[in-house]
Amino acid sequence: MLIDRIEAQQNPTKHTLVALVENKPGVLNRVASLMRRRNFNIDSLAVGTTEDPAVSRMTIVIDASRTSAAMVERNLYKLVNVIDVQDVTNLPTVVRELALIKVRVNDATHRGEIKQIADMFQSRVVDVALDSCMIEVTGEEQKVDSIIKVLEAYGIVEVVRTGRIAMTRG
Amino acid sequence: MKLTGAQIILETLIQQGVTTIFGYPGGATLPTYDALFDYQDRIHHVLVRHEENAALAADAYFRATGKVGVCMVTSGPGATNLVTGLANAMMDSSAMVAITGQVPSHLVGTDAFQETDVTGVTLPVTKHNYLVMDVNELAQVLAEAFYIAKSGRPGPVLVDICKDVQQKMAEYTPITSVQMRGYRAIKPQGRQDMPYLLNRAKDLIDSAHKPIILAGQGIKHGKAHDEFREFVEKSGIPVATTLLGIGVLSEEHPLNLRMMGMHGEAYVNQAIAAADLIIALGMRFDDRVTGNLKTYAKNARVIHVDIDAAEIGKIVPAEVGIVGSVKDVLRDLTPMVEARKHPAWLEQIDEWRSDTKARDLMSVELPENMLLAPQVMRAIWEATQGECTVCTDVGQHQMWETQYFQHTRKNQLLTSGGLGTMGFALPAAIGAKFGRPEDEVWAIVGDGGFQMSLPELATIVQEGLNIKIAVINNNFLGMVRQWQELMHNRRYSAVGMLTPDFVKVAQAYDICGMRATNLKEAREIIRQAREHNGPVLMEFVVEKETNVFPMIQPGKSLDEMTRRPIQPAALGGGFDFMKEKS
Repeated sequence: MLIDRIEAQQNPTKHTLVALVENKPGVLNRVASLMRRRNFNIDSLAVGTTEDPAVSRMTIVIDASRTSAAMVERNLYKLVNVIDVQDVTNLPTVVRELALIKVRVNDATHRGEIKQIADMFQSRVVDVALDSCMIEVTGEEQKVDSIIKVLEAYGIVEVVRTGRIAMTRG
Repeated sequence: MKLTGAQIILETLIQQGVTTIFGYPGGATLPTYDALFDYQDRIHHVLVRHEENAALAADAYFRATGKVGVCMVTSGPGATNLVTGLANAMMDSSAMVAITGQVPSHLVGTDAFQETDVTGVTLPVTKHNYLVMDVNELAQVLAEAFYIAKSGRPGPVLVDICKDVQQKMAEYTPITSVQMRGYRAIKPQGRQDMPYLLNRAKDLIDSAHKPIILAGQGIKHGKAHDEFREFVEKSGIPVATTLLGIGVLSEEHPLNLRMMGMHGEAYVNQAIAAADLIIALGMRFDDRVTGNLKTYAKNARVIHVDIDAAEIGKIVPAEVGIVGSVKDVLRDLTPMVEARKHPAWLEQIDEWRSDTKARDLMSVELPENMLLAPQVMRAIWEATQGECTVCTDVGQHQMWETQYFQHTRKNQLLTSGGLGTMGFALPAAIGAKFGRPEDEVWAIVGDGGFQMSLPELATIVQEGLNIKIAVINNNFLGMVRQWQELMHNRRYSAVGMLTPDFVKVAQAYDICGMRATNLKEAREIIRQAREHNGPVLMEFVVEKETNVFPMIQPGKSLDEMTRRPIQPAALGGGFDFMKEKS
């Protein structure tokens, strides 16, 4: 199946770091400032709350061909508000990204085709308007890339992606 | 007991053993300065003439004592003036707590009078910083600030305290232990455990033929001088020090080759270039130490010990990287390594060293009416026999001090390394004198750097500090001029400097002022200055275009140093300082 093949492709230069940080004002600024100051290149940074209200979780994706993941990890660790950092790239991990994609609909028959494409990618149509519809897709980045590529044929109005989140298995 | 925020600040300082703080009051710190009035007998406040110098003095106080330096200034311009001092402390890992006043909490974010986003501005130049908007958090935050500043790799911590927080009351109980969720002073070693790493280090050390130790300031901060000397003497390995590592081992020790890097002696850098093993202890491979990285020590395997995990592998990949304090690591490692001597290797280094004396400026016969800056350094050393604390500024004189002053005492040189902060010497001497009141304290400073912190002469007089100030005056920003001479075809752009009559300046501050223009006078005023019980300003009018050699020019390798030519038969042609002026 198409989806399986896409999910199996792991880009080896992308490193995923999971950082647990104190949920305090300015912590995101400290992390962002560190990346800027050390000239670290990051692909994405996703932040959200966790089961512990005093702790936030960041998933940071680094292009390791340009930036040493180990140096990012060690420098993150030095931030006083960072509780723990783990490079989960080589651990069994569930990795997901969520994207919302708004596609132009010029012709009523397109709506059916778009619905079919969404089904093939195990994604959903979450909004329908006269001249557009919105698709919600979750999966690894490559899967999101693929559906966007397929939908480009119809005309994409806008896209928003959350960036990668990750959790180790077991 | 119930105290105001201001009292909590001062009680915390006392509890932390602070006796001296350096500061400058203003609107947003008024409540704390008011409370300070009642604490004068326990906390001595040194009123500097510019906030930057409060930070630099506090930094030097730490370097002189190992105790956290404290400075306190007001909001807005007071706090922004601290930034250079914080960056200096950050680069050189000095433990400092900086207290800044902030506008009242209800005005934060409104662009109120003298409001600046100080935690935002200082974020990249502090180890950590805090904004305190609730008096109930104040005691905890201050305790954390001291703990963070002095633990692990030391650094500056800034605490920005709103004016109303200083005024409000809160229940205060001294905080005796700090538990923090995120902060660990030293990163745990991880999968590779310590015994494994120590064994690998031992194997590399025991099998090396041309080993060299690169000793940095981490040894000083970790108070590992004794452990370090034992390791050096047992392993028989020669030592090169960084600028800030000067003083971790006496320079009279036969295995101490002295300073490496851009202006280190050539044989030291040749030894590093030829080494088959580098043991880097508490140093971070600054670019002024390595020269061109592509060719740096290309035959060497590397053992790197540092308390900061992020330093290992940052510049030079380490085959064995050990995260830990040098003291702990050497305590375990020294008993493991074989007792060795390296006669062939040391003989080789001695051969490289053999022409050093011939190239030395001290070997040059000079006209009697001429004074060279290096001669002043040597004269100060000869007069004091090294029994003093020396604070240097930044530039040529700083490098000559390292070359011509023999450092035999622990931590006797206080200088701005990583940031290269001009204006450091004078406030540093103030901080050092409070830290070591019994010590003879010298500030050696160029005419450029001196004019950056000259107003602190008033502080010295007001505090009655017996500091000997040696101004090396060549009417140039000498190091910049040297680079322009060597790399920009002698196009001197904005480096010539008019200086005031420094003797008259000294007199205006009621300080004893003297001037020397040749070596005989130099020795004489140094002698008189040392006999005078009080501050003295000595102006040494030196030859203007002397260069610091050897020198690794930017982009060059360790073994491609520009060296002073072997002494010509007579002065003239070919001697850099005798060149025709264009």
